Amino acid sequence: MKLLNHTILWGFALSSLLFSCKSGSTDTPEPIASGPTPIDWTKPAHFPDPVYDISKNPLTEEGVELGRFLFYDGILSRNGLIGCGTCHQQAAAFTHHGHELSHGIDDRIGVRNALPIQNMAWNTSFFWDGGVHNLDLFPPAPIQNPVEMDETFDNVLQKLRDTDKAGTTSRVNYPQMFEKAFGTKEITSERMLKAMSQFMVSMVSATSPYDYYLQGDQAALNSLQKEGLSIFKQKCAGCHSGTLLTDYSFRNNGLPPNKINDIGRADITLLDEDKYKFKVPSLRNVALTGPYMHDGRFSTLEEVLDYYDNNQKSSKLAVVELSPTLDSLLKLDPARAGIRISSTEKAALLAFLTSLTDEQFTKDIRFADPGIGNAF
Amino acid sequence: MAISLVSCNDDDNTMEPVGATHGELTLEYDNVVGNRDLALDTDTYTNAANEPFTVSTFNYYVSNIKFYKADGSSYVVPQDSSYFLIRESDPSSQEITFKNVPVGDYTAVEFMVGVDSLRSVSDVSKRIGVLDPAYSEVMYWAWNSGYIFMKLEGESDVIDTPNGKYNFHIGLFGGYETKTLNNLKTVKVDFGEHKASVTGELSPQIHLLTDVEKIFSGSTTVSLAATPVVMTSDYSKNIAANYTSMFSLDHIHAD
Repeated sequence: MKLLNHTILWGFALSSLLFSCKSGSTDTPEPIASGPTPIDWTKPAHFPDPVYDISKNPLTEEGVELGRFLFYDGILSRNGLIGCGTCHQQAAAFTHHGHELSHGIDDRIGVRNALPIQNMAWNTSFFWDGGVHNLDLFPPAPIQNPVEMDETFDNVLQKLRDTDKAGTTSRVNYPQMFEKAFGTKEITSERMLKAMSQFMVSMVSATSPYDYYLQGDQAALNSLQKEGLSIFKQKCAGCHSGTLLTDYSFRNNGLPPNKINDIGRADITLLDEDKYKFKVPSLRNVALTGPYMHDGRFSTLEEVLDYYDNNQKSSKLAVVELSPTLDSLLKLDPARAGIRISSTEKAALLAFLTSLTDEQFTKDIRFADPGIGNAF
Repeated sequence: MAISLVSCNDDDNTMEPVGATHGELTLEYDNVVGNRDLALDTDTYTNAANEPFTVSTFNYYVSNIKFYKADGSSYVVPQDSSYFLIRESDPSSQEITFKNVPVGDYTAVEFMVGVDSLRSVSDVSKRIGVLDPAYSEVMYWAWNSGYIFMKLEGESDVIDTPNGKYNFHIGLFGGYETKTLNNLKTVKVDFGEHKASVTGELSPQIHLLTDVEKIFSGSTTVSLAATPVVMTSDYSKNIAANYTSMFSLDHIHAD
């Protein structure tokens, strides 16, 4: 112990020596270190390594805070009202609870259900169709979408730059916040996008009862939930695999095409083999994120399980469509497409799914609206 | 012609260092439709399908530029300085001057129409200037991360939609996770009997023509009535294949 202290002291002495040599040469006192405060971001111990390259965008307190303001501020939209937080609300694990499809600017309706924003650092792609491959490139999409924010990215940057000018209606001085986060007041695409990524990377949900169970707390799940977990592993984890409860693949789960004949992943790849495939979503906080499926067609998890069971005797939802791209895991029973789930198994599965609810995450004030957002 | 231009420049010779190793070279993209100059909105042209059309927007990226010498050796423009967006609406975008080009007689130019796949998936810090996703001319698909390599828009009486407009937004770099359509095209324009001689004194200008008419003709005759909107569809490959032949050399100014 003594030796250790000694070493540390030596280390300090050495570094201050180096410091004084450096400042001595210019005869000016070294300025007190300022600039953004680094955040030592570490992944939850039971999570895999993140996909997002944090070394290219190291998190800082000021960067994350700027990202949080940008996330909630309606300045991103044409009419100043629609922020990211409008359709991605914290209490619903950053989804638009109760909305099959979200209504964006001027109450225009989108074509797909808002996905949760959580654990974004592990996402291999974004959107139901995976059209965006990098978190940094995500924000321009909703900003420019005519039914979401209907604004140009260029104009958003200009509006942000103007928030320190006389006559601004903004309650936030963005050039000042950019200066705190990045050293100067300059507002560029890269800075804006990286600040937003910093905030979204910081939004980690890893404190559900299931997480405590994974980390060794046997009492975190009750016996019905444990039974549900074992059924989940047999019947659901083929797609909803791993700690994040998704393999991030694109699959056709047999939902009959909706009115607009949304072909999903094939819109991006232009490949017939990708028709009607959508991203397997993570099931974290799934009890909070209804309605379900890419178009929000099911309002409850019971309906979701009934759908997968595809039993025409027990459910009016039994309509798994036998299209050429239907996922092979839904064809295991030669007699009937879908996944056989008995009613007792359903009850256990539903109990297990509630163990994925992370209340610390949905109540974490670090992710909350700083008081500038609009939620409808 | 070339010789007389050279002699005009003789006065400057004293200013040039003896035995200069590098000089300047300008590449000019002059957009035309057949034998007519391209005029936005005002003029009506006729395509290979015998359909009248106007042009309101004509933009395209050129990148990865390379100049060849007669002996087959080449000068590759440094990667980070090799992305340009040619816009009919902005004459200054149509002339690109390269500095620090090794002296020599250049006989061909090669470039990519579009933004190569590596840059298309690069970190946002590499997306500056004309590659900035906030770039006001919006040559970027936000929902399907990728650049629009060539954008041609306008109107035609044969289009049976309320606004009579056509939109060709051609992109797709081959996909990030899944291999998909790749519309990246590399074009080489040979100067034939001409050459661009870069010396300490001479900064030649290579004047290329970009013929919009060729977008509609070639391996596929593109009909505005049949396909007024072509964006991220399989059909886009036909337009990309057509436009590889839209570039030609008009002339080279020696000085």
